[in-house]
Amino acid sequence: MNVINDLLKIIGDFIAGIINSIFSFSPFLADVVTMGLAAVILCTFAALSFMGLTYVERKVVARIQDRVGPNQAGPLGLLQPLADGIKMFTKEDTTPAAADRWVYNLAPLVIAVFALTTYAVLPFAPGVVGTNLNVGVFYIIAIGSGSIVAIIMAGWGSNNKYALLGAFRTVAQLVGYEVPMLLNVLPVVMIAGSMGLTDIITQQTTLNGNPGIPFIVFFPLSALVFLISGIAETARSPFDLLEAESEIVAGFHVEYSGMKFALFFLGEYVNALAVAFVFSTLFLGGYAGPVLPPYIWLLLKAAAVFFVFMWLRGTLPRIRVDQMHNMNWKFLVPVSIVHLVVVMALMKLFVTNPAQVQANGGILVTPGVQAAILFTASIAILIGSLVIAARRARIMRLQEEAVLEQRRAENIAAVSV
Amino acid sequence: MRTDFAFVGVMLVTAALLMGVTLIAASLLRPKKPSKAKLETYECGMETVGDTWVQFRVQYYILALVFVLFDIEAILLFPIAVAFNSLSFFAVANVILFIVVLLIALLYAWRKGALDWE
Repeated sequence: MNVINDLLKIIGDFIAGIINSIFSFSPFLADVVTMGLAAVILCTFAALSFMGLTYVERKVVARIQDRVGPNQAGPLGLLQPLADGIKMFTKEDTTPAAADRWVYNLAPLVIAVFALTTYAVLPFAPGVVGTNLNVGVFYIIAIGSGSIVAIIMAGWGSNNKYALLGAFRTVAQLVGYEVPMLLNVLPVVMIAGSMGLTDIITQQTTLNGNPGIPFIVFFPLSALVFLISGIAETARSPFDLLEAESEIVAGFHVEYSGMKFALFFLGEYVNALAVAFVFSTLFLGGYAGPVLPPYIWLLLKAAAVFFVFMWLRGTLPRIRVDQMHNMNWKFLVPVSIVHLVVVMALMKLFVTNPAQVQANGGILVTPGVQAAILFTASIAILIGSLVIAARRARIMRLQEEAVLEQRRAENIAAVSV
Repeated sequence: MRTDFAFVGVMLVTAALLMGVTLIAASLLRPKKPSKAKLETYECGMETVGDTWVQFRVQYYILALVFVLFDIEAILLFPIAVAFNSLSFFAVANVILFIVVLLIALLYAWRKGALDWE
């Protein structure tokens, strides 16, 4: 047992031991108190990381856009989240007279609760996980959909036309981008043979004779599409159509202020961080890594993924509604389906387990060779689909230009007559 | 197994309690001086015209229908993915056929213009 590597687990076991000895008269009560404490710790971690992320994101995006960012509160503006918190707490909160009070007031609570509950299944180190559900991936996607309900509640309950428009866009976007997300989790589940996040990580380590190759090497296309749909699912720029300031003011949370607005913000950030965590768990090997302790590895990977989110936000302009839908239904979904079919066929053709070869046939290969084959296939599908999409786009552009040219000629003819 | 899911329940309750306490604390701290102008709907400064809760465009329904199709597909595919390593060639061929039929359905919806957004 390495003390530093298992630090989180040792602390956790120590606290659980104390609670068990205090509540030794009732094991049930001890269980409930232990679970409650773990839940409080997870929620606190999520809320604190939200406070930190607001600062980091503003600073990073500011640097990308050649601005300074927050620099007034405390050294380097480090106390900015605290100042924001005080402001949120003491700001007057109005409920519009026309609003549906119950739905309006419950919506921020719902979005924050669903966002925090995602953290129940994230493994932070070996043995350090809220609960190791055997349907982990499925649970995360299911709970993630809860934010859609909250956004519809907010949009509908506000009784404001902009808010309702934002809510409609949300339904179409969040619901649509769930499809490529699901389709690209499937290859990972197939190769890991389990939906539990801990099992998926174990498959990416060198324990128990596993190959120890992160799944991003097997499925680079899946990782890419998962990242894109993850950004769209958490409604971050460039997919932040549901709160497009220039079109619909602020979308579904126009009417909110004070603490309720802060809860929406919290839900958004906590969800985005959860997507970063899930991405590093599914594709980058989670807490597995050499030298450094596991929890540091997980935080480093999640931070790297979140930096990509901030980078995209600082760089890309917001896309249009029709572009958003076309991107999803006409590109990501068909490509994901083709990829899924190819992966299924290849994984049945090139198997790594000798017992399976005897049972079902197929060609026995080492995990490294299997990874190479799947990687090549993924990249081939990606390049092929991009080429097809580019050709189609060119044809459509030429058609549009021909129509414009014709109109221009007609205009000139009309003027000259 | 049962305790695994019990934690999810505990987490839901804890998160709801923590966030509820935050909301209540904020409601105790903040000023409360409502006036008629303040409580108006925030749209463009003038009084809002017409009802907000109106009919919305049919395109949303169509996209939702396509989504339901694929969501059910995913629910059916997840158990298959978990058991994938022990499936036979024939079973996998059937699954691929199933997915290809869905792909054809998507292409049909595309062709019919269900995915076009104007």
